[in-house]
Amino acid sequence: MDETGGTTHMDTAGGFLPIIAALPFFGALFPGLMIQAGRNTCAAFTAAPTILALVLLLLCAPAVMHGEVLQFQLPWLPKLGLNVNFMLDGLGLLFAGLILGIGLLIILYARFYLSREDPMGQFYTYLLLFQGAMVGIVLSDNILLLLVFWELTSLSSFLLIGYWKHLPEGRQGARMALTVTGTGGLAMIAGMLILGNIAGSYDLSVILTQKEAIQADPMYLPALLLILAGCFTKSAQFPFHFWLPHAMAAPTPVSAYLHSATMVKAGLFLMARMWPVLAGTPEWFYIVATTGLITMLIGAKIALFKDDLKALLAFSTVSHLGLITMLLGFGTKMAAVAAVFHIINHATFKAALFMSAGIVDHETHTRDIKRLGGLRHLMPITFVIVTFAALSMAGIPLLNGFLSKEMMLEEAAHTVWQGNQWIVPTLATLGALFSVAYSFRYIVHVFWGPVRDDYPSKPHDPGFGMWAAPAFLVVLVVAIGVAPFLAEPLVRASAGAVIGGALPEFHLKIWHGVTPALFLSAAAVLGGAILLALHAPLMRHWLATPRPEAKTMFDGLTRAATRASRAFTNGVHNGALTRNGATFTVTVLAAGWLAWAGGETLPATREMLPITALPAIGWLLLIVATVGLVAFHRNRFLALMLMGIVGLIVSLGFVYFSAPDLALTQISVEVVTIILLLLALNFIPRTTPVESSPARRMRDAAIAIAGGVAVTGLTYAILISDFAFESISAFHLANSYKGGGGTNVVNVILVDFRGFDTYGEIIVLGIAALVIFALTDTVLKGRGGRWLANWDQDKYRAAGDRHPLMMVVATRVMMPIALMVGAFIFLRGHNEPGGGFIAGLIVAIAFLMQYMASGFAWAESRQRVTYHATIGVGVLIASLTGLGAWLAGKPFLTSAYGYIHLPPIEEFEWATAMAFDTGVFLTVVGAVMLALNSLSSMARRTGETVNIFPMDINPARADADGTDEGGK
Amino acid sequence: MEMLLASAIGGLSAAGIYLMLRLRSFPVIIGISLLSYAVNLFLFATGRLVVNAPPVLRKGVETYSDPLPQALVLTAIVISFGMTAVIVIMALGSYLSSRSDTVNITADTPAEQEGEA
Repeated sequence: MDETGGTTHMDTAGGFLPIIAALPFFGALFPGLMIQAGRNTCAAFTAAPTILALVLLLLCAPAVMHGEVLQFQLPWLPKLGLNVNFMLDGLGLLFAGLILGIGLLIILYARFYLSREDPMGQFYTYLLLFQGAMVGIVLSDNILLLLVFWELTSLSSFLLIGYWKHLPEGRQGARMALTVTGTGGLAMIAGMLILGNIAGSYDLSVILTQKEAIQADPMYLPALLLILAGCFTKSAQFPFHFWLPHAMAAPTPVSAYLHSATMVKAGLFLMARMWPVLAGTPEWFYIVATTGLITMLIGAKIALFKDDLKALLAFSTVSHLGLITMLLGFGTKMAAVAAVFHIINHATFKAALFMSAGIVDHETHTRDIKRLGGLRHLMPITFVIVTFAALSMAGIPLLNGFLSKEMMLEEAAHTVWQGNQWIVPTLATLGALFSVAYSFRYIVHVFWGPVRDDYPSKPHDPGFGMWAAPAFLVVLVVAIGVAPFLAEPLVRASAGAVIGGALPEFHLKIWHGVTPALFLSAAAVLGGAILLALHAPLMRHWLATPRPEAKTMFDGLTRAATRASRAFTNGVHNGALTRNGATFTVTVLAAGWLAWAGGETLPATREMLPITALPAIGWLLLIVATVGLVAFHRNRFLALMLMGIVGLIVSLGFVYFSAPDLALTQISVEVVTIILLLLALNFIPRTTPVESSPARRMRDAAIAIAGGVAVTGLTYAILISDFAFESISAFHLANSYKGGGGTNVVNVILVDFRGFDTYGEIIVLGIAALVIFALTDTVLKGRGGRWLANWDQDKYRAAGDRHPLMMVVATRVMMPIALMVGAFIFLRGHNEPGGGFIAGLIVAIAFLMQYMASGFAWAESRQRVTYHATIGVGVLIASLTGLGAWLAGKPFLTSAYGYIHLPPIEEFEWATAMAFDTGVFLTVVGAVMLALNSLSSMARRTGETVNIFPMDINPARADADGTDEGGK
Repeated sequence: MEMLLASAIGGLSAAGIYLMLRLRSFPVIIGISLLSYAVNLFLFATGRLVVNAPPVLRKGVETYSDPLPQALVLTAIVISFGMTAVIVIMALGSYLSSRSDTVNITADTPAEQEGEA
């Protein structure tokens, strides 16, 4: 528990909280592995973290029961208000206990429920993930943390519901559950952010003290609606109740877990958690209580007419969730107590009922009530379990369901809705009546009646392992029902946490005297029994009336949404590069326009430079070349020439505006680029055909002109005003000589101040060259290579020599001079314009000249170092220079410099930056040469021969015959 | 002078965007190259325009042009060369493999019409 050290406000027990929350996640690592050791081992390893977490929780319990609130705090992203804060109060204890306790029973039950074909390791992993997410929700003190866990429950329940991937119902149900609860979760995020904003903190312990501020805030209603959207979707409240029955496609252990104690209770938990600050207003009452009441009625009514056992239980769950929601919605303290009590009771009897429904399904191979009946003799143990659990659900005395239902009716009897004091008690009693009817139906239609001889499988009671879990829960049902004082401390602790103040005077007891609730209860039981007697004719009537089918509507909605999004996506992005480009440009322009329209134009604060003749000529040339490029771009050679002019003017522009380094770089890159494109033009068509329609060209021109105008405006706006803030350039100017030992500030920035950037850049350049090499290799090995091999040499051959004498001789003479220039530029780089980048490009051009004159292969065969190695060595030298700084105890790439005076020569400087620049130099040379080499290897594939002699006609050669020896 | 540079950058961008929206790979490459010029000039221009003041320290000289955008643009120029080289090879490879230099891959691309050579 080291992580507890150093944090404040916490005792030892508080340190258990993060461990409790983390244990299920940690445990989720094991089932997938342990399944190799058998199913029992797998189940044991799933149970172990659950038991451990439960034990830790029980260790915390005594303090919480005494009214303490355990806390754990760990700042995570404090600036965002997101902290790993956990707290444990009565409500958290109740829910964590239910989640872990029933989770343990489910693990046991699932061990025997799942068949050999089911991947059990996966199941337990999902289950533990879900368990961890749920525990996280109920223990979170920070609402942002809570939201993280909330989303995790949506995701992990998706995995659980869709566990039987081979069933379409499972997949669809999982998707529906995820869509509905996930959407609600998104709404809730918004609501929680508003709430946190009002309260000034995202910590629940702070928010819960701000009732007045929150309820008085104008944003209270939006926050309430958004948070309730999250709660209602999660807890399957009308009109979002439809996903829950479809989630029944999951294996029964999942249904029993998700729909009794956990997933759907998360919404209730949150309403209870927020009760102290959100409840008590008319908005809360009318939204929450009314929704709960409607849900309770609708769920109960539909449940009566469902023939599928799990569907019956699903709708009864919807109904009971509605009941609890309604109680929370009443906003009175006693109603909150009743709600908490019913949460406990519902969890116990509903989990038992789900598990026994699974037992019936498992043994008889059907869940259809119409095909069942008479099971009480064949499955006596199951019969007893179901009877107690279902009677508790019906609210029969001496069982726990009775107690909380009495409290509910009592509260309903005092509730006035829009001035009407009859409507709530009447409808609540009606709901209870339906509840009695479907509970009785579960017992009577499944277990009573004559034994049939047409069960799909011969039914008998399952082994102990399978009925142990529901039996244990039924013991609780009866124990609480007979001796309600057993549950009273827990109810007091958790209700106290919900109310957040003094508890009302109450005692949980069976006999409250003759109260209105007693009459309502009796009426409900009687009416329920009558309803069941009339079930057959009612069912016929039910089946005859048309009902809205939620799944069809949902599917229609999702289909429409899918179509709409697909239409939109394909509209802007149909895979065509041109359309992507146009969409992108227009979007950028629109965003720029928005930003422009939202701001104001600053007055010009800089003095403009006067326009002189030379730059005006340059500008004119540039514009003419650019316009010509657009006009004549179909002639590709002409386009290249015009691009060369543009590049040249850009270089001259750099010279004019005091950027000699840029000018040198630009002009050398220009040469290399044009050579590259010329080489490429060998293989692709020389002209571009006219394809696009005039309208299309007009559209593109409009986009282009808008873009050009926007860029012009933006640039001009920048150029006429001074820096908004002080630039960091002054630092570089001031420290270039003192700190970097160089007077060429640009070069010092490259190799020293921002050396790490440059280091990254040369690596990128090296990678680009390797990508080119690999791409070429792939193309040559594939169809492109075969096509090249059949290239018709003569078709494209222009007149003239391949390796003209004059050019060979001239480049030979030039070579040492060019290398000398390269070395000069490199060496002076630190103090005068130049440096590794430029020198690398110049040397590359020097080599290129040889290649152009005598052919690439000829020149390359005279070179001893491969380009891959050159790139590698370059990067390595740069890295080693950087690492060298570590030896001096300085950070990576810190440079050092000094001066050496050798008597005959002038004093000269040494700097580690020089070594770094050597790395840059080698990488640039290697990368440029490798790129061009790759292109030339395509040429060689066409069957172009490798010449033995450097030039075609050599007067010095005695047997000169004017052709390459390897000739055509 | 500022207007000249701004309009030159705008012109290069407009031409670049127009060519980028063409249907064949070669004009697209040219268009992207023009956009690279424009972007490099734009980044350079954020240092504001100064004449006859290269950022090379001299005794007694106080005014220098902004060295920082220059250093950034220098590497940008080299990297744009690397990028251009990669897309040239991509365009070339795609043309050699599919015998079509259209940039849009749609059902009715004339690719594969000639079959394998």
